[in-house]
Amino acid sequence: MLASLRPRGAGWLVLPAAVLLLLFFAVPISWLLAASVSYPQLGLQNFAALYEKTIYLRVLGNTVVISGVTTFWCAIIGYPLAFTMANGSPRVRRALVFIILIPFWTSLLVRTFAWMVLLQKQGLINDLLMSAGLIDSPVALIYNRLGVYIGMVQVLLPFMIFPLYSVMVRIDKSYSQAAATLGAPPIRNFFRIYLPLSLPGVLSGASLVFISALGYYITPALLGGPADMMIAQMIEKQISQFGNWGLAGALAVVLLVGTGVSLAIVHRVLGVRAGWRRA
Amino acid sequence: MHGISMDKESTTIATLELRDVRKLYGATAAVDGVNLTLKRGEFLTFLGPSGSGKTTTLAMVAGLQTPTSGRIILDGQPLDPLPPYRRNIGMVFQHYALFPHMTVAKNIAFPLEMRKIDGEERKRRVAEALRLVGLPDFGDRFPNQLSGGQQQRVALARAMVFQPPLLLMDEPLGALDKKLREQMQLEILRLHRDLGMSILYVTHDQEEALVMSDRIAVFNDGRIQQIGSAEELYERPISRFVAGFLGESNMIRGKVVALDSGDCVLESRHGRLRAFNTAKLKTGDQAVVAVRPERLTITDPSIERENLVKGRVVEVIYLGQSRKYVLKTEDNAEMTVLQQAQDAEKHSINPGDEICLEWRGRESNALAAEG
Ligand SMILES: Nc1ncnc2c1ncn2[C@@H]1O[C@H](COP(=O)(O)OP(=O)(O)OP(=O)(O)O)[C@@H](O)[C@H]1O
Ligand SMILES: [Mg+2]
Repeated sequence: MLASLRPRGAGWLVLPAAVLLLLFFAVPISWLLAASVSYPQLGLQNFAALYEKTIYLRVLGNTVVISGVTTFWCAIIGYPLAFTMANGSPRVRRALVFIILIPFWTSLLVRTFAWMVLLQKQGLINDLLMSAGLIDSPVALIYNRLGVYIGMVQVLLPFMIFPLYSVMVRIDKSYSQAAATLGAPPIRNFFRIYLPLSLPGVLSGASLVFISALGYYITPALLGGPADMMIAQMIEKQISQFGNWGLAGALAVVLLVGTGVSLAIVHRVLGVRAGWRRA
Repeated sequence: MHGISMDKESTTIATLELRDVRKLYGATAAVDGVNLTLKRGEFLTFLGPSGSGKTTTLAMVAGLQTPTSGRIILDGQPLDPLPPYRRNIGMVFQHYALFPHMTVAKNIAFPLEMRKIDGEERKRRVAEALRLVGLPDFGDRFPNQLSGGQQQRVALARAMVFQPPLLLMDEPLGALDKKLREQMQLEILRLHRDLGMSILYVTHDQEEALVMSDRIAVFNDGRIQQIGSAEELYERPISRFVAGFLGESNMIRGKVVALDSGDCVLESRHGRLRAFNTAKLKTGDQAVVAVRPERLTITDPSIERENLVKGRVVEVIYLGQSRKYVLKTEDNAEMTVLQQAQDAEKHSINPGDEICLEWRGRESNALAAEG
């Protein structure tokens, strides 16, 4: 149907984008990937190094753990927000969308610096906690794992909320009403009906957050400590400090494969779930 | 134990009473003072145009909406303090609302699970319910693997499996085609007969209401216009709305000039009319005489008498077992006549013919001109 509406030869319209992508993404990425098995000489020595040196494994572990924990907290915080957006009055919905989108008005870098101001030892949060008498000396909120989590959850939260919201608004109220007439009290009603029906939204939000988090750079670099290094930082370090393109390439391969595998798992799970979803 | 083992004896069958129930949305009343009593084991149908408050009334009985005022009483107990999940009232939704993430068997087991009925007993009752609606082998399917009619049956099974004393159904057959609808009507009637629970049923299909109900409540503008058996409503509608909504009626304007042993005598453009005084009119009232197309007979105009209307045929509609004639009367009003095929074939009537109609006064109703 759509194809017949398309003017003949409109395929050419994607040409500039295709050229751009090819030149600035495909070529350098292929080059980097090729470097992983050819720099400084042909062979798998770069991958062997990744496997042998604990530092690389630790960075990989960090990346997965930080991404996982970030995803978890995004889901915990995002679910009630998305629920309120989907089931609240239009006024509440508009207000929430506005609040959630405000951060996008500023750049990631600015937001991360803002967190540094808030979280540092003499920052607003420590000042408040101390003047409230809750703590005696400043707590370390930054340059550690906690700082990374705070920053990343805040940045990635919308990527959880919007897919979740789009699934939730399509959940017909009659399901919960039916469950109620069949004898389900509110909490059981939620866990047996609403939660499973919203699960596809949780999964797609979680995959978006997790996959974005895997490649994160600025936030962990500025808010984390030396022990919180993630894979993107390691790639940057290999190139800018050591000029080791081969190892950087190998790390990039790991990141790419890891992302691909996560995506495949998510698709698998979503695909199975989609079995019961109405067309 | 043939077919039914949802033990009829152990099921309590409810009576329901609505007293002046009202529901306001902002300033507008969706339900505007509904009173009714549902007898034990009765099948009562809400019939009315879209937006007349049928669903809202049902939702208040189920506890999904809170009445603005009025009382709802089930078996002598006020329902107002009970949340929906403690009312023990079965409900079939218009679009079934089968849980898409659960199999048919899990759907039907859901109300049992909520009532902590487990193990063999749960299995037995689910299987029983499935057999009762004619889907014994469908337990492992998901709702989206069923046809509309099958989904409808599952919804019915789920609403009945916990043996609620009262079953609510909101246009349960609205999404089915005519043939399937007629088949399901009979099945619902059979289940009602076998299980005996009280039923509140919503439809805007008048034929369905006529076929299924012990009594029909005709809704309009959030109010019950009239409540009674199908025959009462059809033969003795008390208002123009009911006469026009349930079946077809010809309406002839007139003024009441005399009351005569239960009849009204009216003066109209077509001379003197006589009709049953259904709306309890008084002398001097503006009125309409409502008469069904099938009560009109084509007659010889030579002798002047009561209930005689002349007109010119403008259309002849062939309906198989009968013929429908559309007439224009002298005052340019339209009337329709229904004639059985044998009678119609005796002398043919064609567009342009002048004919004269007559009917028995008792078979027509004098109603208030307004409303
Ligand atoms: N949540 C609501 N907010 C405001 N108005 C409502 C709401 N629900 C229903 N109404 C209004 O109440 C009136 C009655 O609605 P209801 O759904 O009871 O009608 P119905 O008789 O079931 O109609 P239908 O045959 O179309 O299902 C309608 O005018 C409707 O617009
Ligand atoms: Mg309705």
